[in-house]
Amino acid sequence: MDLKQISPDEVVFWQWRFVTVNATLVYTWVVMIVLVFCSWLVTRSLSTGPKISRWQNLLEVIVDGIRGEIAEITQQRPERYLPFIGTLFLFILVSNLLNIVPGFVYVAPTASLSTTAALAICVFFAVPIYSIANDGILGYLKNFVRPTPLMLPFTLIGELSRTLALAVRLFGNVMSGTKIVAILMAVAPLIFPVLMHVLGLLTGVIQAYIFAVLAMVYIASASRVREEEVQEYRLIVQNEKQGHDQKLSQGHEGLKDHG
Amino acid sequence: MDNLGLIGMISIFTAGLTIGLGAIGPALGEGRAVASALSALAQQPDESNTITRTLFVGLAMIESTAIYCFVVSMILIFANPFWDYFTQQTGGGG
Repeated sequence: MDLKQISPDEVVFWQWRFVTVNATLVYTWVVMIVLVFCSWLVTRSLSTGPKISRWQNLLEVIVDGIRGEIAEITQQRPERYLPFIGTLFLFILVSNLLNIVPGFVYVAPTASLSTTAALAICVFFAVPIYSIANDGILGYLKNFVRPTPLMLPFTLIGELSRTLALAVRLFGNVMSGTKIVAILMAVAPLIFPVLMHVLGLLTGVIQAYIFAVLAMVYIASASRVREEEVQEYRLIVQNEKQGHDQKLSQGHEGLKDHG
Repeated sequence: MDNLGLIGMISIFTAGLTIGLGAIGPALGEGRAVASALSALAQQPDESNTITRTLFVGLAMIESTAIYCFVVSMILIFANPFWDYFTQQTGGGG
């Protein structure tokens, strides 16, 4: 990306009248193809046996990690939120990480305000959808007049401003990374850009994590958690833990027998 | 000094001032947040997961003010609307 262009929207590859194909579109499709192709490749030969392929192991670690995070934040069963939050996380993560592929003039699509605004708008609509699915329309509308109806305008402003903040935060972070690398390339092209790239990788991962966690927090705070559901969830977690401990102790006993 | 020079000078000056002032506040805030998170971690190492997650989310919130300042200064330098308007009026002299 050139120094003067503050977003990949301005890098136009192909134009026909009002139809323009810019870098944001192209690289969004690249990221989508990478994600779809990799998951197709991994899920083609899944196994439940003791031997699993490395790629399946990687995918299981990722999915299990996201599930655990969601379960800890919402204190509910994570399955309902996993597809949406997981997709957000993986898309932002991959689009930020593809920066390091050599020999490929890549600008993260998340460095464009249009991509991040689209993601933030998805979150904006996901909040009422999940909330209505959980509590019904009345339960959702009641959120706006709690604790008093006086707070209604502030709640509405909060809804809008946090969507804006979500979009601008991701855009600013990723754009600042590419911009600083571009400036350093012009000033000191030897080693410093590499260091800034490393820092960019770190912020890329953290930003993906933060985007997903914030989306989850917004969704969870809008849907009132029922007490029974929390109890049920805690019971499940406890049972899982006990089962795990038992398995471990059984394993130890088995080892002792052998010894 | 003509209009174009004045606009360029003021935008660059303001961009520097924006990012400078915009870095001071968030830096102080993040320092305080990290300091209290570290003491919380020292007192309750078992809760490290929750504390770290809350710390990251809080840091992102604080950092967003600095990011807004950065975006504003980038717009002032690279995509200044007044500059574009005056360069068009004077026939692309910039």
